[in-house]
Amino acid sequence: MKHLTPINQKAARIERETTAPDDVVGLQRTPVPQQPHFPLGCSLVFSPGWEADRTGGTAGLCQPVERDLFDCHIGCYWPAHVPDQLNHAPSWTSSCAAAQKDWRKIDLVFP
Amino acid sequence: MSMWAARDHHRFEAAGRPFVYLAPSAAVFALDDPADRILASLRHGPATTQELAGRLSDQMTGDAVEQTLSELARVQAVSKLAPVPIELPPAAGGTRPKVIPLAQFPLSTMVLNVTNQCNLSCTYCYEYGEDKIVDTQNGRKPKFMSEETARQSVEFMLRESRSNPVAHLTFFGGETLLNFPVLRKTIDYARRRAAELGKQVDFSLTTNATLLKPEIIEFLAEEQVGVTISIDGPREVQDKFRVFHNGSGSYDVVEPKIRELLARHRSRPIGARVTLTSAGMDVRRIFNHLRHEIGFWEVGFAPVTTAANREHAISNDGYDLMLEKFRDLADEFLALSLENRHHGFSNVKETLAEIHRGMSKAFPCGAGLGLLGVATDGDVALCHRFAGSDAHRFGTVHDGIDTAARQAFLESHHIDNKTDCHTCWARPLCAGGCYHEAHVRYGETSHPNLHYCEWIRGWTDTCLRIYGELSERNPAYLRQFDDQPAEAERVS
Repeated sequence: MKHLTPINQKAARIERETTAPDDVVGLQRTPVPQQPHFPLGCSLVFSPGWEADRTGGTAGLCQPVERDLFDCHIGCYWPAHVPDQLNHAPSWTSSCAAAQKDWRKIDLVFP
Repeated sequence: MSMWAARDHHRFEAAGRPFVYLAPSAAVFALDDPADRILASLRHGPATTQELAGRLSDQMTGDAVEQTLSELARVQAVSKLAPVPIELPPAAGGTRPKVIPLAQFPLSTMVLNVTNQCNLSCTYCYEYGEDKIVDTQNGRKPKFMSEETARQSVEFMLRESRSNPVAHLTFFGGETLLNFPVLRKTIDYARRRAAELGKQVDFSLTTNATLLKPEIIEFLAEEQVGVTISIDGPREVQDKFRVFHNGSGSYDVVEPKIRELLARHRSRPIGARVTLTSAGMDVRRIFNHLRHEIGFWEVGFAPVTTAANREHAISNDGYDLMLEKFRDLADEFLALSLENRHHGFSNVKETLAEIHRGMSKAFPCGAGLGLLGVATDGDVALCHRFAGSDAHRFGTVHDGIDTAARQAFLESHHIDNKTDCHTCWARPLCAGGCYHEAHVRYGETSHPNLHYCEWIRGWTDTCLRIYGELSERNPAYLRQFDDQPAEAERVS
């Protein structure tokens, strides 16, 4: 590498492990990094609605109600009954880093 | 056009050049100017290659931008924000698999609580004070470990150390030396049994030094027992909390005994372990007294573990002050290390070793992994601080480790479960912090220690800068951390 110099042992290992051999490039697959996740199903984030997800899949269709709420709350504007995160429930989603994994942690909020 | 985004990282400067510490890999890279500028630009938000090239056109060519980005992506300092197919959770469990050690994990350190009694009444003590976990007053737990239980514990340790050639046995208390007779016999027994099995046992203990006397010192030196002394500093600091039952200070009792120990016991370096409280933060003065006036080889500091509302609890301002004092002492450490001289501030050295290896922890410490505590009745616990607590028991030395309980603990305490830590760049080294601290502060071992996040990040940054300085100006110093054999985990 020209712009980065490995300093500790882990960095040296990363450099070693990611040195791609010049041949069979076509067979190599870089790992898919974790992406910020927007839940499925809102027309404003270009998704065909509730029948299929934006990749055309139908696997995630029967959604828990919490996820519907969260989706409307974050993916688009929708007058859903979600807690007011600006004033009353600023930490409503603080324990939900990735919706597909943590949606069970989003609790109900009572006024 | 896909966007590039910076992943979790921490930029720091040392020896006049920029470095980056990456999370979660814990790799340290030095950056050249283009890499530093691109990463800086991405810190404000995602951007496309073209946007970056536009922003930086007066500083580098488009080719340089592309080449630098590909290197940054290669080490996962940045990644593309391309829409990717949503990963469906695996059929069972519902989350991506965590890396949990195998059930048959070898034990490297066993901490034996040979007594839960103490001849001091340190006000802040987690074993006796207001925050204690284990009730020792009702007599359910024996006050002293019996010879029989200690022997069973040794057998347990040798068995559970599996293929490891060396097992570490640390004696702990209460005040460890109150049960010196059992300690002495246990060392004899462990040496004999280990020899029969072709293994070695490394011994160490922690003591308040009040009961040291010539025969004991002779024994510890002869048997090469590693000794850590709990002491808080010069007289007025030590006597503030480390008092006898009648309230009188312990400094004048321990000071001559420690000098005697240091004069006679030369087979292992002897360290002091200081508890910092809201009452005393004069780190430099405590260090100078213990390192230079008394002569300890090294001195380690730890903030007191206590509920937030206690008088001796360290407040947010207190953590800031502690960081400032630590930085001051760390500068001195750096100056001496650049000349290959020993300093003795053990907090820095331990962190440097972890940075050097690029340790990325799924768990904050070895408790429940390679380290287990044993209570006076032979119950096996998460660590010595939980020894005797029924809620944190993983079997007994007689019946062996309760593997299911231990696996359940590890499963639920994995860094993946600590949502608050997911965006912190210091998580490879901190992993949420001490289970016991969390238990005392928040009532649950699985809670991340959010009260000292700023302190952890500040201190990690300091150690990273020292590491960077050393890597540039005296790289030979860091060679000592290459392939360093695993040492017994320091317990306090």
